[in-house]
Amino acid sequence: MPDRRPRLRGILGQITTIAVTLLGLLLLTFIIGRMMPADPVRAMVGEDATRETYEQVFRQLGLDRPLWEQFLRYLGDVLSGDFGNSIRTGKPVIEDILHVMPATMELATFAILIGAGLGIPLGVTAAVNKDRWPDHLVRVFSLFGHSMPIFWTGMIALIVFYAALGWVGGSGRMSQFYIGMVPDRTGFLLIDSAIAGQWDVFRSAVNHLILPASLLGYSSSAYITRMTRSFMLDQLGQEYMTTARVKGLSRGQTIWRHAFGNIRVQLVTIVALAYGSLLEGAVLIETVFAWPGFGQYLTNNLIIGDMNAVMTCVLIVGVIFIGLNLLSDILYRLFDPRTK
Amino acid sequence: MTQTLRLPAPLLAARNIVTFLLRQPTSAFGVIVLAALILTALFAPLIAPHDPYVQNLNNVLQPPGNGHPFGTDELGRDIFSRLVWGARITLTIIFLVTIVVGPIGMIVGTVSGYFGGKVDMVMMRVTDIFLSFPSLILSLAFVAALGPSLNNAIIAIGLTAWPPIARLARAETMTFRNADYIAAARLQGTSPLRIIVKSIMPMCLPSVVIRLTLNMATVILTAAGLGFLGLGAQPPLPEWGAMIATGRRYMIDSWWLVTFPGLSILCVSLAFNLLGDGLRDALDPKQMNRR
Repeated sequence: MPDRRPRLRGILGQITTIAVTLLGLLLLTFIIGRMMPADPVRAMVGEDATRETYEQVFRQLGLDRPLWEQFLRYLGDVLSGDFGNSIRTGKPVIEDILHVMPATMELATFAILIGAGLGIPLGVTAAVNKDRWPDHLVRVFSLFGHSMPIFWTGMIALIVFYAALGWVGGSGRMSQFYIGMVPDRTGFLLIDSAIAGQWDVFRSAVNHLILPASLLGYSSSAYITRMTRSFMLDQLGQEYMTTARVKGLSRGQTIWRHAFGNIRVQLVTIVALAYGSLLEGAVLIETVFAWPGFGQYLTNNLIIGDMNAVMTCVLIVGVIFIGLNLLSDILYRLFDPRTK
Repeated sequence: MTQTLRLPAPLLAARNIVTFLLRQPTSAFGVIVLAALILTALFAPLIAPHDPYVQNLNNVLQPPGNGHPFGTDELGRDIFSRLVWGARITLTIIFLVTIVVGPIGMIVGTVSGYFGGKVDMVMMRVTDIFLSFPSLILSLAFVAALGPSLNNAIIAIGLTAWPPIARLARAETMTFRNADYIAAARLQGTSPLRIIVKSIMPMCLPSVVIRLTLNMATVILTAAGLGFLGLGAQPPLPEWGAMIATGRRYMIDSWWLVTFPGLSILCVSLAFNLLGDGLRDALDPKQMNRR
């Protein structure tokens, strides 16, 4: 039996690290929330409230207490699952966010499928043909994806594929005509419409999804391509590759079975991280495509200064990122024999 | 080798790097675009045919041509002239972010790497927290807190862009904090501050510069994204992202309103990416051998 203590200590250390990072995250969102210029009391009581009402709400929110006490209160609230109410809708913020999340996840999931489906084969091709024309072509293609302002590409794509060619649906998740026709079960429109057997709605949804998902996927494929290429190059340079060739295996077999087989774990972690950074592109692309998801929710609330909503959104993104990092770390530990 | 003209070492190195960059078509594109950007910004009043702010309501939404190479916008302003003046804003963003991010990242990284132990742990935890956000989201939050304006967007981007630099500077510092010349300085009784500033920071500089160049593409895109969301530069400033935002309403009938500012952003961000790639090849000896 190998000694398990160092490993256990590693996991404990990791848990502490995550706890500290989460605490810092909360502190950061708290500070940002306090810095916001919008007056939360004024937003709640309205412009023509009396001075007494104002003071009362001010005290109710605990704003007269010292900052550290306010922070502890915020911490306690968050830990008990209370993220505050939205000033605009009056409902708990977390409820609103859970309501818009499926739209973004639907978009991001299709995007990552496109991104990985495009990026991984391209990366392998580039690595196998290093410094020859396919490599250069792939490099230029992925650099474009990495360099384009996605909100602009979204508009150009709308002008070309929607306005001029009419190949795809315009903004939103489906045609105006179908809104409200499918009962909201899971929030995932494709699943809901399939369950309801409304194939017209399903087609409309796919039609509206394909353009924003492709653009997001293209932009994330840049990162995936680059990482795949460099992982593959590492493997192709190893001696076992030569051995396998000498043994009489075909070039395709050595590339796909040996080299690619060895980078699969690394790729999973890369794709997980890419999925997280899609959130960033989603904020912009959802604005362009009027996609009623997380990104649009965040920007709308930023503009009206709804403090609770913005803070919670930022917090959620941070937690998702930490979670994905942890996930990729765990995957690494589980599947890579060298980390044992 | 006969050398007719003897340049000081740093200049010579710079010349070699530029020669190397110009030899490859991709990084040459980067150098040329950036040179063009700088020249455009410097000579904006001479290049722009019209005033970027003067409205002409008799001449709105004109397609390209007719004295307006890129057409006119919804207030009859010449888009080409606005793009030319916008180059100044882009350069300002690049410059300010660099002088905010470079020093912060450098100080955090070198101090953390040099002292190690508790200092290192605390500083790296802080860095981790900032790294656990995508840069645009964190910038959004900061701008929301500070209020939307170009300056605040720059501050927000600066606040979110330093962690990778700090990480890099720390790693570099750790590789030579136990070097003999540092130990010698320490034995002579040199203060840690002096060692960090005089001996460690200069050693970190090259890799930090490369990293900054590579990050500039992201900075440009984040700034444009903030401008597009209405949280960066405010109208009537001719910031490219903000121009796209206002042009969005007219994009279906007047494609030129959004097309040209977007192409400008794409070119500059692509240029930084290509330049960064080229710089990495130029300054990394390992890469050179492999080629």
